[in-house]
Amino acid sequence: MRRLFALIPLAAAVALVAALAWPILDGRNPQELPSVLLDKPVPAFDLPGLEPGAPGLASADLAGKPVLVNVFASWCAPCRAEIPRLQALAGDGVTVYGLAYKDDPVATRRFLSDLGNPYARIGVDRDGRTGIEFGVYGVPETYVIDGSGVIRHRHVGEVTDRVAEATLVPLLKELEQ
Amino acid sequence: MIAELGHLALAAALVVAVFQTVVPLYGAARGDSTLMAMAQPAALVQFAALILSFGALTHAFVTSDFSVSNVAANSHSLKPMIYKVSGVWGNHEGSMLLWVLILSLFGAAVAAFGGNLPESLRARTIAIQGMIGIGFLAFILFTSNPFERVVPPPIDGRGLNPLLQDIGLALHPPMLYLGYVGLSTTFSFAVAALLEGRVDPSWARWVRPWTLAAWVALTAGIILGSGWAYYELGWGGWWFWDPVENASFMPWLAATALLHSAIVVEKRDALKSWTILLALIAFALSLLGTFLVRSGVLTSVHAFAVDPERGMFILVLLAIAIGGSFALYAWRAPTMEGGGVFRPISREGGLVLNNLLTATAAATVLIGTLYPLALETVTGEKVSVGPPFFEATFVPLMVPLVIAVGIGPLLAWKRGDLAGALHNLWAAAIIAISLGLALAWLQGAPVGAALGMALAAWLGVAVLTELADRIRLFRVPLSSSLSRAAGLPRAAYGMTLAHLGLAVFIVGAVGETFFSAEVVRYASRGDKVEIAGHTLTFEGVTERAGPNFNAQVGTFVLENGQRLESERRFFPAEGQQTTEAAIRVRPAGDLYAVLGEPADGDRWTVRVYHKALVMWIWVGGFLMSLGGLVSLADRRLRVGAPAPRRERTALAAAGGDD
Repeated sequence: MRRLFALIPLAAAVALVAALAWPILDGRNPQELPSVLLDKPVPAFDLPGLEPGAPGLASADLAGKPVLVNVFASWCAPCRAEIPRLQALAGDGVTVYGLAYKDDPVATRRFLSDLGNPYARIGVDRDGRTGIEFGVYGVPETYVIDGSGVIRHRHVGEVTDRVAEATLVPLLKELEQ
Repeated sequence: MIAELGHLALAAALVVAVFQTVVPLYGAARGDSTLMAMAQPAALVQFAALILSFGALTHAFVTSDFSVSNVAANSHSLKPMIYKVSGVWGNHEGSMLLWVLILSLFGAAVAAFGGNLPESLRARTIAIQGMIGIGFLAFILFTSNPFERVVPPPIDGRGLNPLLQDIGLALHPPMLYLGYVGLSTTFSFAVAALLEGRVDPSWARWVRPWTLAAWVALTAGIILGSGWAYYELGWGGWWFWDPVENASFMPWLAATALLHSAIVVEKRDALKSWTILLALIAFALSLLGTFLVRSGVLTSVHAFAVDPERGMFILVLLAIAIGGSFALYAWRAPTMEGGGVFRPISREGGLVLNNLLTATAAATVLIGTLYPLALETVTGEKVSVGPPFFEATFVPLMVPLVIAVGIGPLLAWKRGDLAGALHNLWAAAIIAISLGLALAWLQGAPVGAALGMALAAWLGVAVLTELADRIRLFRVPLSSSLSRAAGLPRAAYGMTLAHLGLAVFIVGAVGETFFSAEVVRYASRGDKVEIAGHTLTFEGVTERAGPNFNAQVGTFVLENGQRLESERRFFPAEGQQTTEAAIRVRPAGDLYAVLGEPADGDRWTVRVYHKALVMWIWVGGFLMSLGGLVSLADRRLRVGAPAPRRERTALAAAGGDD
């Protein structure tokens, strides 16, 4: 019995090293994951804005032209990293909407005033309900939604330059035609 | 030429490290004193070689020798001298060199001060220290050579990340490394004990000061890092549960547990196998921290020097170190018999509870830090679990811990009297409960705030009660109490200070979390910002030139005429911008003003915070660290104190505790 107990740390260490080695050995960069809602309309939602009087975000706002919906939170480090890239996209004429997921609005405001605000509209999803309906597992996630409010692509994790150039921008261009 | 000398010294250190590992281990296995005695000179020579190497790199930075590519990439001729020096460790290669320098420092310290250790234990400890050195020296020489030249050399350097050009951050890495790497000594002691197959109280007496020394540095390093994040990142946060922060916090929790369980081994000869395991885990977590920070497998707000290719090398080192030591543990630990028995309600029981809670807390932080990584491995998602997870799991663990810290020191060894201890603590309980209720009802404070402040009051009063109890304050004449106070071992004062520091820290953490206020608005010259009973007048923005940056200075004037200046600094060499917050520090709370983005016309975004009680966080951390230092100065623990004397005082103190 004592012998068995003494083996537990070793087993845990092996598991830990394996878990750490996997992403390095496994060359793939699996940042894409199909959403259960892929090619389905966005769930119905209507979220308040970040400040009194500021526009919120509702499913109705997603009709008209292709947009990006970025799920973010001030407590998430990759979100912090991707803000400048989203700003660049917004500067190129892409409409970026934000879903502030499970975040204190005060913290969200501070986050955006520190880093800049790429979002044309922000919906405050304080309790995370809308996020759950979208199928968000964690932040950040970015959805491409076409002009008729249908989810066309889901990107999990930080929007890197490569993701923006190779996937999001071409898809948005294609959807615009 | 000097750079090549440094490279050569580094290679020499590797050769010496191999010698330092092989010869003493062989000697210890054969029982050959001459071979075992080779360990000490080897450790000292390795340290000397690394001082030479580190000195050579420092020389390259100080003289701005841009033909060394590391200097060209991380320094600039206009940088102030202190940041030229701190630039040595402000990058991956240099910081790894500092890592091995400190590693060899601890090896040399064991060699120099270990005179009265059993010779085979000392030889093996130094050999294991050398073995860790082999791994990291090879890592530096083969993947991260800090002395690489560039041809042709650039005219000027690219500069150091401006965020790192700060006095807090100049000191933070060396402190943190002293702590991280200091734990290597306890690791080496633990592995050596496993090789010997023997753990006795004298082993614990040796391990505790080394753990304490590492813990003191680690505490100070974390506090410095937190303070730096608070004033330099310009958002007034002090802890973000960021992977890099967690990387230093996990070893700290493990070292805290180790510090306490080592007392049980020393005093009662129990918990040996668990203490050994903790010593292994504490250093394993340090290595894991190094891996996480250096490999960039986790996204972090302050991952300054990351390189995935190097990650694999450190991972292999990690695998060898923890795989090897844990396998040795699985083999040897079952044969180690426990010594003294004790009841659950006893001083030992209290220390075991401390261990259970801190170890669980460390595991929680580990899971929270690695969960995103595991999830990515399994499902391919990249997520951040963030503060909501840590607050929901960590805080509930800390509440019973803080309550127990108040009671534990009042319990006797072997078999304690809980009712008696609680009877002593009636004052603490009454003060804590009335403070909590007063805050909740009279001030309308949130439940969390009332609970947190009540806990801090409980702990603070309980710690002072324990001290009063020890010196029989008010029960014997004052002069007799004073002479008892003078006679208390320093370790007792160390514990009092450290536990008091925890209470002070809780006041700060709870206060900052619940009672802070902030105002974010546009302001033009002459506008007034009201916050927490203060009025700040915005005086507009002026330009100023620094040594290697240009700054826009926003001035705020307080009602008493005090001027607060916040700067937005632009560093042309690096093409980066930083924010210097204007902070007025007061015990009740800091005023923290930041000049933000320019808006239209002459209006600027300004952010003004009142950070309630935030200073207490650092005062508390400092007290903890100071408590460790005081305890380290205890004669019983002092390294190199004559053995017979140490034996006697240890016995006297152990008897006096009962």
